[in-house]
Amino acid sequence: MVRDVAFGQYFPGKSIIHRLDPRGKILVFIAFVAIIFCTFNYCSLAVTAAFTAMFLILSKIPFKFYFKSLKVIIFIVIITSVFNLFYGTGDVIWQWGIIKITWNGIHRAVFVTSRIICLILASSCLTFTTSPTELTDAIERLMKPLNVIHFPVHEISMMMSLALRFVPTLLEETDKLMQAQKARGADMETGNIFKRVKALIPILVPLFVSAFRRAYDIATAMECRCYRGGTGRTRMKSLHLSALDVMSFIAMGLVIGGVIVCNIFIPSVI
Amino acid sequence: MSEILELKNLGFVYGQGTPFEKRAVDNVSLKINKGELVGIIGHTGSGKSTLVQMLNGLIKPTEGEVILDGKSIWAEPKKIRSVRFKVGMVFQYPEYQLFEETVYKDIAFGAINKGLSGDELDRAVRSAAEFTSLKPELLDKSPFDLSGGEKRRAAIAGVIAMQPEILILDEPTAGLDPMGREILLSQIVRYHKEMGNTVLLVSHSMEDIARVADRVIVMNNSKLMMFDTTKEVFARGDELENYGLKVPQITRIMQSLKQRGYDIPDGILTVDEALETLSALLKKEGKIW
Repeated sequence: MVRDVAFGQYFPGKSIIHRLDPRGKILVFIAFVAIIFCTFNYCSLAVTAAFTAMFLILSKIPFKFYFKSLKVIIFIVIITSVFNLFYGTGDVIWQWGIIKITWNGIHRAVFVTSRIICLILASSCLTFTTSPTELTDAIERLMKPLNVIHFPVHEISMMMSLALRFVPTLLEETDKLMQAQKARGADMETGNIFKRVKALIPILVPLFVSAFRRAYDIATAMECRCYRGGTGRTRMKSLHLSALDVMSFIAMGLVIGGVIVCNIFIPSVI
Repeated sequence: MSEILELKNLGFVYGQGTPFEKRAVDNVSLKINKGELVGIIGHTGSGKSTLVQMLNGLIKPTEGEVILDGKSIWAEPKKIRSVRFKVGMVFQYPEYQLFEETVYKDIAFGAINKGLSGDELDRAVRSAAEFTSLKPELLDKSPFDLSGGEKRRAAIAGVIAMQPEILILDEPTAGLDPMGREILLSQIVRYHKEMGNTVLLVSHSMEDIARVADRVIVMNNSKLMMFDTTKEVFARGDELENYGLKVPQITRIMQSLKQRGYDIPDGILTVDEALETLSALLKKEGKIW
């Protein structure tokens, strides 16, 4: 049920991608997202797609899970591609009333679809291969320079890791509450939208109550262990860049170079 | 006695068709009579929670049938809700499901879903509260202001108010202090006696089961291992031990006395019974005058 959502889950493993330094992974990911939106012809699109495929294969995570994460956003993909299909400019190849399809529109739809798919696959690859702790650790380190302008980097990343930690717990709790209220005859499957929203109250109220209770418990537990924020705190696992990370940067550089070269020598189609 | 519930080759597999496939219940067949108090025991992960969740249609069995009053509950999937009013289910730690503004409204939630209203509803709520010894003045309070034990009793009252023919309680005494356990258990027994309803009690506490149950279901490794009267089940202490279960302390003491050659019958389940047997024995041997 609720627990079937694959997007954002972590799958422990020992693949090359798993072993990359999370900081490097995040940087490569950001660069990759930027470059996905700089593809203007099919050649450069193919380069980014190939790069995504390489990452997926190297991550050694069954493709089924990637498909599952795509399933979540399938509607967004369909809606955006349909809109793009009808909003093209140039020669009309088919028209019905105000709806018209142009070659430009078709290209746009293809690009938007493949960009979103690449984006989701790449971000799934990141979250599948990086544990939440690693992720927040890396974000904290990457945002460290912001400390200069008194941005509470450590506090923010602590909040993030706590939030991530409780996602599965709350999902499980939602599941349990749904079962319990169903056992009391709550009807969540039938009725119009208002009825269904109202049927959520017996689940949301106890869920919030327990979320607050857990928050208090965590705060107390942290205080009992004398937690006092980030200053002077050392880490159990310090992060090190390795040859593998350098290789991932080089690969990313090649992709950026490839996309730029393609963009220069081949005319844009959108 | 007529039977109210029958399980036919019931089985359940979690995540069927995925790599995470896991069998939770395997080929369970049994019959439960009207008005019985049946205990369900088993080690953690033995499948007892999954089993009881199939009885009121919260999860659909992957194999076999649940027959309630002579009709398979999944015969008409659209009417599965009506089964949940007939088979009331109290989950573990039910106090976390409270959500209404007042205790009264929360207890009434299930009964209203069932379709009760007016005087009938009021009677159902008040008698449910009475069964769980909730004082009438508590009914107007917010459920979040109650103590832990009161919350649990309010949640149980919420299921009793639906007037189910079968009441299933999953570990109702977990996490309560000895006093709270005692009170809750005697309330369940009283409810069972006065209403004459069928009650299924899932528990880790062999002492509790031994005291109240007529018959006991023993689950191990997703299979039904025993289903017999409480005395018979606890007389097979060695077997239970293999399933990671223990017979009640007092039964163990009496069994080891028997092994040492004392004339003591099998299946002594409560301290009162033991007292009776021992004093009779001592009298016979002339140690008590």
